[in-house]
Amino acid sequence: MEVKRPLPQVPSPVWSEFKDLQEWEKYHQERADNDRTSEALASIAEAIHHFPGGWLVTTSTEKIFNWARKSSIWPVTFGLACCAIEMMATFASRFDVERFGMVPWASPRHSDLMIVSGTVTIKMAPMLKRIYDQMPDPKWVVSMGSCANSGGPFRHGYHVVKGVDRVVPVDVYVPGCPPTPDSLMYGLLKLQEQVAHFQKTGTRPTAAEPA
Amino acid sequence: MTAATAAAQIEDRFGVTAAVAGGELTVGLPLERWQEFARFAKETLGCRYFNWLSAVDWKEQGLEVVARVEDLEAKVAVTLRTRLAPGATRCPTLTGVYRGADWMERECYDMFGIVFEGHPDLRRILLGQDWEGHPLRKDYAVDTPQAPYR
Repeated sequence: MEVKRPLPQVPSPVWSEFKDLQEWEKYHQERADNDRTSEALASIAEAIHHFPGGWLVTTSTEKIFNWARKSSIWPVTFGLACCAIEMMATFASRFDVERFGMVPWASPRHSDLMIVSGTVTIKMAPMLKRIYDQMPDPKWVVSMGSCANSGGPFRHGYHVVKGVDRVVPVDVYVPGCPPTPDSLMYGLLKLQEQVAHFQKTGTRPTAAEPA
Repeated sequence: MTAATAAAQIEDRFGVTAAVAGGELTVGLPLERWQEFARFAKETLGCRYFNWLSAVDWKEQGLEVVARVEDLEAKVAVTLRTRLAPGATRCPTLTGVYRGADWMERECYDMFGIVFEGHPDLRRILLGQDWEGHPLRKDYAVDTPQAPYR
């Protein structure tokens, strides 16, 4: 496409300019070579598991961890479109997800859950992926509303990602346009069930086996 | 300045008949008098408010650029239309006359691919800088799968 000179004087923001953040993320995604502590912990857990009767200890430890995980899922404060209004209503006092241990938190670094509430445009998708990458493992994603599930009414538009599962892996899909706070809470309870069965290996229940 | 006197002035100077409906005038212009008419509308007719600029894709008949300028005090609005030749994408810019035309023309370039000659900073405004094609053209294939998210 021909564009008349002079070309852009204002450079568009490129994520690669943020060198420090990228290196920080890389450091936290890959285990360092001299990380003796994690290695020692892993070998101790392995030894206990293979000791006679030791699996009882490891599996019940896993259960405790999963119980702790599911009882304090912190969703990252991240709203995209009109579904975010319903999400905020869910977080507010009438529906009160805080009784499930959920605190909407304004930093992806401390969060476990991303509720994709609304239309994901193609321009927004890289930023969404970035926020997802900034969250520490284990992390979960709830796709909220028709737009995030499949593109919804904008599916045949030129600018919308046809389902957020093309960008990040999704655990629970909540249908609706927008879903009521009750629907979202049902989805969050379903997610808690999933988290309760989450294993150390990272395997998650699929649609075939009931969670 | 009423709509009737404005229509008379336009007829007198440009030789085109303006369709008058209430306080609204619609003027079809040849492409080479586009800028001249905008300056005339601003300085002589007093339409100092640049409302919007857009385009219409008439398929094989080519593109049409549409703009609307208004005189808010006298409540006179002039809609300017000009046809581009079939297959042509070049149109003179109005940014020299109206500063407000800047982003409107960038959006028009973004969506229709019309290159406004003389525009100081013609690049995409809504879509990403790496976008291919111009989505509001009739021949734009909306459902074409494109990496990475479509």
